[in-house]
Amino acid sequence: MKINEIPHDQENYKGKSDIHKLLYVTDENGHYRSANSEGWEVENLATRQAWEDQLEQLKEIEQEVQEGLLSPVPYFMKKNLMDISILAGYMGTWKWRVKRHFKPAVFQKLSRNTLARYAQIFKITPEELVRFGK
Amino acid sequence: MEELKTISFSQSNNSSFLHRQHAHCESGVTANLLYHNGISISEPMAFGIGAGIFFGHLPFVKVSGMPGTTFRIWPGYIFKRVTQRLGIKICTQKFGTPAKAMDALDTTLSRGIPVGMLAGVYYLDYLPEAFRFHFNAHNLIVYGKENDLYQVSDPILEHTSLIGREALIRARFAKGFPEPKGKMYYITAVPDKIDYTKAIQEGIKQTCFFMSTPPVPWFGVNAIHLLAKKITAYPRKLTHRQQVLYLGNIIRMQEEIGTGGGGFRFLYAAFLQEAAEYTGNHSLGLLSERYTQIGDLWRSFAYNAARICKSRESDLISYTELGKFLHNIGDKEQHFFKELKKLKW
Repeated sequence: MKINEIPHDQENYKGKSDIHKLLYVTDENGHYRSANSEGWEVENLATRQAWEDQLEQLKEIEQEVQEGLLSPVPYFMKKNLMDISILAGYMGTWKWRVKRHFKPAVFQKLSRNTLARYAQIFKITPEELVRFGK
Repeated sequence: MEELKTISFSQSNNSSFLHRQHAHCESGVTANLLYHNGISISEPMAFGIGAGIFFGHLPFVKVSGMPGTTFRIWPGYIFKRVTQRLGIKICTQKFGTPAKAMDALDTTLSRGIPVGMLAGVYYLDYLPEAFRFHFNAHNLIVYGKENDLYQVSDPILEHTSLIGREALIRARFAKGFPEPKGKMYYITAVPDKIDYTKAIQEGIKQTCFFMSTPPVPWFGVNAIHLLAKKITAYPRKLTHRQQVLYLGNIIRMQEEIGTGGGGFRFLYAAFLQEAAEYTGNHSLGLLSERYTQIGDLWRSFAYNAARICKSRESDLISYTELGKFLHNIGDKEQHFFKELKKLKW
């Protein structure tokens, strides 16, 4: 990439262009140097697309929580951009146990202790966790 | 190589730490820690000596539901190899509890030593939200304390940042893959004399090994062909939503996360150029030019992939063409590393 080819495609979505990242480019003599870039439309598209997919999935889960098909756990998991293995890591338990807590019937019987641990991981209060979707 | 405008001075614990912005986190942290200890080394040099360039595609390792693709060697490797090759002594620690990890950090900082560490990006609240996914192999330097906040030199940023104790604990003990487990590292002793030529040769030799030798499809140039095959098959095997997300993920690994452009290829070409000047080896200069062209091809690949993402329907022909384009890059890289391996010193 030559210095005059550096893209400067600004992207305000979630503060992406707040960072002016460094690229390595060649000058008119073919000599390498570093220079800052505001962003490139190609990667802006990929970033936005990844985020929009997460938000879309979050909406789908919210719907299922309201319909009583899922407990609030998967909602807050997705809201924190986690997957089951990450959440199980934080809970210090197995994936299949976290997955069981996705069932509203199982969730209702969770101990205060377990609810508090989920709440701490999600940075909310246990009440916010239990009340979500009601 | 760094421009003046990317330099800012920061004072801490009466010892000055110089923050310089770089393209990539680990080679940037390495270059900045070395610089602090009186060894002036550029980021490309650290990246090349540390054998940072790589390619890997692991369809069975799912990272947030998507197959893993990487353009660099595994985390922690660059710092370890650079210090080894330059004869620098380091101390690396991992911890069982946050309390122990933070105590060790505070003690080391009070001795005026800047500390490199692994961190989960999701909890680094000084970064824009756009970048904050669960990625646990980010490197940064903590170089001091200001009231209750820690002073951070994150090499991908233009300036230094501050982070609270709680956020730093969460980042150092992030769960998922890989787990940082509070890992921190710093330099304890540097030699009087350094043989850069030998270090450059060793770095290049190791890179050639990693790119050409592994007899498995997931690593090195083989993996480029593997990914090309997979992409060709996307329209037959995946839903439209998946196809687009998979392609997007490759673009992000190649361009979004600090790579210096073209999936670290320009960074490596810059290393080859600097190595050519340092050793006076003309062939290295020519190889640098060739690798720059390969980097340009990777940029075109990302551009074409993004164009497919933008189109509403999945088009069999465009995926076949993209696969062909990538096979071509794979062939070029294959030849390139063969030549690099044969290089006479």
